[in-house]
Amino acid sequence: MSFFGFSFKPRRATSAQTAKDRLQVLLAHERRGGSTAPDYLSHLQSEIVEVIRKYVEVDDEGVDIRMEKGQDVSCLEINIELPCGATAVRGTQS
Amino acid sequence: MTTQLMEEPPLGRVIVITSGKGGVGKTTSAAAISAGLAQRGYKTVVIDFDVGLRNLDMTMGCERRVVFDFINVIQGDARLKQALIRDKRIETLSILPTSQTRDKDALTKEGVETVLNELKEDFDYIICDSPAGIERGAQMAMYFADEAVVVTNPEVSSVRDSDRVLGLLSSQTKRAETEGADPIKAQVLLTRHDRGRIDSGEMMTVEDVLEILAVPLLGIVPESQAVLRASNVGTPVVLDGPSGAATAYEDAVARLIGEEVQMRVLADRRPGLFQRLLGRTA
Ligand SMILES: Nc1ncnc2c1ncn2[C@@H]1O[C@H](COP(=O)(O)OP(=O)(O)OP(=O)(O)O)[C@@H](O)[C@H]1O
Ligand SMILES: [Mg+2]
Repeated sequence: MSFFGFSFKPRRATSAQTAKDRLQVLLAHERRGGSTAPDYLSHLQSEIVEVIRKYVEVDDEGVDIRMEKGQDVSCLEINIELPCGATAVRGTQS
Repeated sequence: MTTQLMEEPPLGRVIVITSGKGGVGKTTSAAAISAGLAQRGYKTVVIDFDVGLRNLDMTMGCERRVVFDFINVIQGDARLKQALIRDKRIETLSILPTSQTRDKDALTKEGVETVLNELKEDFDYIICDSPAGIERGAQMAMYFADEAVVVTNPEVSSVRDSDRVLGLLSSQTKRAETEGADPIKAQVLLTRHDRGRIDSGEMMTVEDVLEILAVPLLGIVPESQAVLRASNVGTPVVLDGPSGAATAYEDAVARLIGEEVQMRVLADRRPGLFQRLLGRTA
């Protein structure tokens, strides 16, 4: 960016900058009351499982909800393990 | 017919990291010790008992991935497997975060016991990061322990509080209350050890502290820049490159699993130009 390939701006201690960035993301969620999320997630999960069960037999243990909170958006990841010989309850899935 | 390869059952050992006094380095130590054990291949989980003041997640760098917590599991809102967060660096390491919103009363003895028993089926080491103080959270963190690491700074109020905690470990815990059970194996981990301040007589020596507390020494962790750096980036100090603190925690982990390692205190080996020019004046 600078003319000689380096800048004269005092170099920020990088780990301190990382600390600040991490805190900003986290606190933005906490102040919004993000900590109450688990309550609805628990319901969300059981409803999703119910819907899946209309098609395939899945086990409660095979459902995994993960979250990754980001600066602007969060990513909700739901993994559902289908047993090897999962029997289609109806329809044509395999 | 049953010549199956039987997998060894997990060790299921519960170790509390406690201190009485606040801010002495419990969470730093819990993170470093659990990462050190996991690095050696032991299946390890570290639990945050500091309900209402969640911090272990930050130290471990998994704060963005918390969905369910320890209290959700105790109250039946989530299953244990859902609340456990797998560390992204070490496969054998998991974190059980605490709740940021509830209070300490949410920790019931029955609830804690149920969770610990379930963890014992899968993990070799279950590391409990205690909150400061000697109230409910701290009591619950130590109650079911097999071993205790009492984190102490070479400083009067910390040593006094450690003594108090050692008293509780030998009276107010399951092992203490169960007839015929071995007592909790307690060891002192001396942290924030500052050679310069000890040499100048400002800080008590290791010998002073051990003489007073009269329990074995697990290790000596030097005051180290590396600790702040590691916590900034959310990495247990043993995984954040070489440093005096990392070596000290690795040695402590070796002793914890029964290896004999000579006691040593390494300073961070990165003398600046100034220090080199000035020689070794402290
Ligand atoms: N060996 C060390 N060298 C330098 N700083 C350290 C060391 N150990 C801990 N610290 C710093 O001391 C502070 C408190 O550490 P930590 O959070 O681990 O203590 P704690 O006992 O868990 O506190 P609390 O009682 O609030 O739970 C942190 O800022 C940490 O970076
Ligand atoms: Mg702590």
